Parts: sequence; C-alpha cells; structure tokens
Amino acid sequence: MAAAGTPSESGADLELVGIHKRFPGFTAIESLDLKIPAGSFFALLGPSGCGKTTTLRLVAGLEQPSDGRILIGGRDVTDVKAFQRPVNTVFQSYALFPHMTVLDNVAFGLKRRKVADPIGKAHAALELVELDHLAQRRPAQLSGGQQQRVALARAVVNRPALLLLDEPLGALDLKLRRQMQLELKQIQREVGLTFLHVTHDQEEAMTMADTVAVMNRGRIEQMGTPEDLYELPKTVFVANFLGQSNLFLGTATASTGTELVVDVSGVKVAVPKDRAQRHTGRVTIGVRPEKMRLITQRPEPAAGVNVLGPGRVADVSFTGVSTQYTVDVPGIGSLVVFAQNASFGPVVQVGAEVWTAWHVEHGFGLADTGIDEEERFVDDTTTADIAVQTKAELLEELGD
Amino acid sequence: MAFAAFGASAGATTGRGAAREPAPLKRSAIAIGLLAPGIVYLLLFFVTPFVSMVITSLNQPGASGGKGDYVLGFQWQNYVDALTQYGPQFLRSFGYSLTATVLTLLIGFPVAYFIGVTARKWPLVQSLTLCLVIAPFFISFLLRTLAWQHILASNGPIVELLQTVGLFDATDRITGTDFAVIFGITYNYLPFMILPLYASLERLDLRLLEAGSDLYAHPTARFFRITLPITMPGVVSGTLLTFIPAAGDYINSDPNYLGSPKTAMVGNVIQAQFLNAENYPLASAVSVALMVIILIVVAVYIRFAGTEELV
Repeated sequence: MAAAGTPSESGADLELVGIHKRFPGFTAIESLDLKIPAGSFFALLGPSGCGKTTTLRLVAGLEQPSDGRILIGGRDVTDVKAFQRPVNTVFQSYALFPHMTVLDNVAFGLKRRKVADPIGKAHAALELVELDHLAQRRPAQLSGGQQQRVALARAVVNRPALLLLDEPLGALDLKLRRQMQLELKQIQREVGLTFLHVTHDQEEAMTMADTVAVMNRGRIEQMGTPEDLYELPKTVFVANFLGQSNLFLGTATASTGTELVVDVSGVKVAVPKDRAQRHTGRVTIGVRPEKMRLITQRPEPAAGVNVLGPGRVADVSFTGVSTQYTVDVPGIGSLVVFAQNASFGPVVQVGAEVWTAWHVEHGFGLADTGIDEEERFVDDTTTADIAVQTKAELLEELGD
Repeated sequence: MAFAAFGASAGATTGRGAAREPAPLKRSAIAIGLLAPGIVYLLLFFVTPFVSMVITSLNQPGASGGKGDYVLGFQWQNYVDALTQYGPQFLRSFGYSLTATVLTLLIGFPVAYFIGVTARKWPLVQSLTLCLVIAPFFISFLLRTLAWQHILASNGPIVELLQTVGLFDATDRITGTDFAVIFGITYNYLPFMILPLYASLERLDLRLLEAGSDLYAHPTARFFRITLPITMPGVVSGTLLTFIPAAGDYINSDPNYLGSPKTAMVGNVIQAQFLNAENYPLASAVSVALMVIILIVVAVYIRFAGTEELV
C-alpha cells in the first residue's frame, strides 16, 4: 500500500520470474523471465496472440499468473491487488470514463489516493499533453488522438513507478501516430518513468524503445537494443518479423578460422562464426535486403564477399527512397534486394541477368531452421511429401 | 417528462447522433401517417378522459343533493377537501411507494448485476435468470397478491411458525400491517426495477472498471464512482417504473389482500369515493392531486439525478 500511496520521483525496475499463464484451453505465456531496468523505455513486440497483452495485464494486476512472481522495484507484488500496485496503464481502448469531464478523468487516480491538489496536478498533466483548454469537455467530444493523450495524462499524472502502454497508438492514423511516438518518447525522458510498451508495430517499437523484446507464442525470442535485434537476429521469427530478411537453409560444411561455410544448394556461402548461433548440421543463414548489391556482370571471386547468381530480376518496385528488386536465382529461390535511389530510376529492368553479392560480415546465422519450406518449395507441402522428407532427414542423421 | 427519462437509457448508446437529424419534408407525410393511430388513440383514451376528470373534479352537488348527483361548476373546495381529509392516505401512498422503491433498488441491483455482468460468461444462465425474473407475469397480479395473503395470513404457515417459536403473540399478525403492504408492493414491482437495471448493466463496459482499479479505486469506489453513475439511466427508469404505479396502487393495501383500513392508500380512497360513495368530484380531485404531486416529485427527481449528462 505504501508504494502505491507515494508518487515516485523516478521509475522502478520490473522483474518477472518464471511467469506462466494458462487460460482454459491454451497457454498464453510459457516460462517468461524478464528484467526491465528502472527509467528505461522497454517495448514488448510481437504478433497478435503472442501473449504480450497478457504480460501487461499480469503486471497491472488485472490477471493473476498461474505460476511465477512479479517484482516491481524489488518488491513482490504478485499477490497485490491491481488498485494497490504502483502501476498505471494507458489502455488500448483508452477506457476513459464517459460520465466525467476530461479534468475529472485525469484527477481520478489522484483523488483515490487523496493526493494534495488533485485538480492543479491534473491541469499540469493536461498541459503536458497540450489539452488543458479542453479540460471541461467530455471524452466523447474529443477526437481519437485527443482521447489518447487524455488517457496518457490520466496515467502519467500519478507518477507511477511503472507505466504500461497497451498498443495505445493502434487506433490512430499514420501521421498522428508518428507525432505521438515522438511525444511519448519526449514525455518519458521528461518524467523519467519506466515505460513498458506493448505493440505489434515493429517500426514503432524500434523508434521508441531503448530495449525491445520480441515475443512469439508466449515466449521471448530475443531481447536487445533495436540495432542489435535488426543487425543480428538470432531466430527465423525475429529475422522475418523485424524488417525483411533473405534466409537460406543449408548444411554447415567447413569452418575456416573466423568463418563458417554453409552449402546452400551447392553454393558455398560464408558467415562470420561469431554472428552464427549454430556451427554444425542444418543451419539457416541470412542477410538483410539492403546489405545486398546487384551486379550486372559476373563478379570475380573475392575474399570476404558472397555471391549468388546468376538470376533474373522478377520484379522491380519503386518505393521512393529505395527500389525493391525481386531476383529469382535458380536452385536458391527468390531474393529481395533494396537499393538506394542515389541516381534516377531503377538500375536494372525486369528480366535482366544479375548476380547478388554481400560482404561476409553482414550475414548472420540463426539458431533454428524454422524456415518456411512452403515459401521456397511450393510443391512439396502435402503430408506425404513432408513424411518422405522427414524420413530422409532421419535416415541421414542415423547414418552419420 | 418522465418518458424522456425512460428514453434516456435507450438513447445512451446512440450518443450525440440524435442531436442532428435532418427531417426531410417528404418524409413528414409518412411520419404523420405512422403516428396517426397513436395520436388518435391517445386523444380518445387519454386526453378526453383526463379533461373529463379535471372538469368532474370541479363539479358541485346537484339540486337534488342526492347520491351521485353533480352538476358542472367551479368548486375549488373539492381540492381542499381532498388534501385535508385524506392527508394520511397521501402520506402513506408516498411513504409506502418510496420505501418499496428503495427496497426494490436494493434487492434488484445485485440481481440485475448478476444477470447483466456476472452471467455474461454463461449466456444460458443469463437467459434463464431473465426468464425467472419475468416468470411471475405469467400469473395474474391479483392471484399472486392473494397467494401472499394466504402465506402471510394469521392462520397461514409463517404466522403459525412465529407463534410456535414464541416470537409472535396470539394477537400478532402480518397482514394488515405497513410491513405487509410494503412487502407486497416490493414483490409486485421488483421486475420493473430489475429489467431496466439489467438493460443498463448489460451494456456496462467492464474495461472502465479495469481502468478504475488501475487508477487506485477500491471496489467500493469503483461501484460508486463508475458503475453506478454509468448505469444511472437504468436506475432512474427502474425507480420511476416502480414508484409511479406503486404510488397509485390500491390492491396490496386493500383489506381483502395484504392491507387493512389502517393501511389505506390514495388509490383506496379513489376507489371508495368513485364506486361506493359515488362522490365523483372528490374522487376526481384526489386523482388529479395525486397525479400533480407525482409529476412534481418525478420532475424534481429527474433534475436531481441528472441523466441528461450521460447522453
């Protein structure tokens, strides 16, 4: 009760230990461990149904974990009721009280805790989100963006140790969303609270957060700074969910000093060993589309450069800043290459013969081979085909 | 006036959309056509009898002075008589109906909350409980009240049990007391309270309650600051649907049912004056006075409850 009674001057850290959450019929969260340092802007990123909103509700106290502990600022709050936790939430639906004015909405939490001068503080919070002139309106009279800001003010005004944001920008149009992203980030810096932001928008997570955790099927796949996650994804899911990737499934054949050589349908592709999660057996390696170059003449083999080709340009789409090429390489599949539009127009046309090349140090090796077979080999997705493949793989493994 | 409040609960969802609706002239003919049966019906069976009653309430005794002989007049004295002679009955009417309304609200709210909120997860339970609330309507109002009269009568099971246990003396009784009448009214009007409350609670957005608990609101605070204000249109509808007919009730307080001469309400006076004494002017004056008082009470109540803010 004490923690909820005193507004905190700075954020507190959040620790989730061995959290499980089972609903009748399915498991929403499976063995989740997470530590969010005080004062950070932390994003929980994942597709819908990955358990991120459930995680948020567990922290807010709106759901009880089936197993595990929740600690805020070192204090175990697992059994503390929602209204006694030092946590506030900006809900996806905003959940503004329709029967109260904007001002009363914002002052609600302060009044419940009997904080001195709730009205003055509520006005100050509304000034922070530039809505003080609408203090006497009702929520229904505001636009979506304004309601979102009221919801934010209503949560921030309490100076919670931890502020939870449940896809608060989801209902806004793109331009307003960009603006709110910047404003949120600025407010977070100003008030110095710990923000836990849940979103399915990878761009939003990368723009706003110091640390991003990518969540999938109730587990955290990878956690790190946005740069680390993008440049060095560790799983197929992260490589595909966070931006685009060209992934190749192959067999590790040899390792030379710092490089791991992978046989991808007969072509030798090298990746740095320290950027590969696995060094033996079947491995998936990848490279980001903007790290690839298109070459119109057969390149000379050079050290430190991977080359795939020749292939044919199957599609060219101009996106303004860059042009996106789809290249079909026989035996490998289709690759995506982004090229900056440093000069006018596309460099090559559809049907041109090209090679793709990238520096070995830009490649990465993933921990799983969960590459979608369907995507590359469209024909053999029937149950019988999969059974045959699996049998072949098993025999190969036993033979070794 | 009162009907605006009933409409409030239904209008709450449509929101401000109702504020701006252009009425094209083309449609007005159709609108009048559709409204005509209702207007004619109300003119014939509400406005005409009402005017007739107001005129009757000012009649004066005829030349013969015999029973039931009255002629057109302007006798204000009828109203003075109505209010001075039947003060206790007026007080009882409003005392009973007010108490019963409060009781139905206290009993009905948890029931409506269960059906409209708790039972959302189980639609079958929801329908079943709603059916149970409505089920008494399948049996006549008079029969149900008569059944209670038998249950609560001096030779009935409850009084006998209380006498056996020693809580009641041989002369103690339940029927004919204030308690029995209030009990009867509460029982008979309970569904009228539960149904509008249910309609409001069924729409209650539970995410608002989650937001409340996220903002440090104790369950009690959540109820009084969020649930109750938001379901106020239902509370107003329910209380009006209970209070207005209950104030004019004369069955529960009738000596043949749950009452006695000591529990007579205004309804019983009107009945006696019209049918037995055949003093039509006085009966009409009492009726009009009752109506005016109810209208004033309701107007003040709606103003106080302030449901317009929710729309």
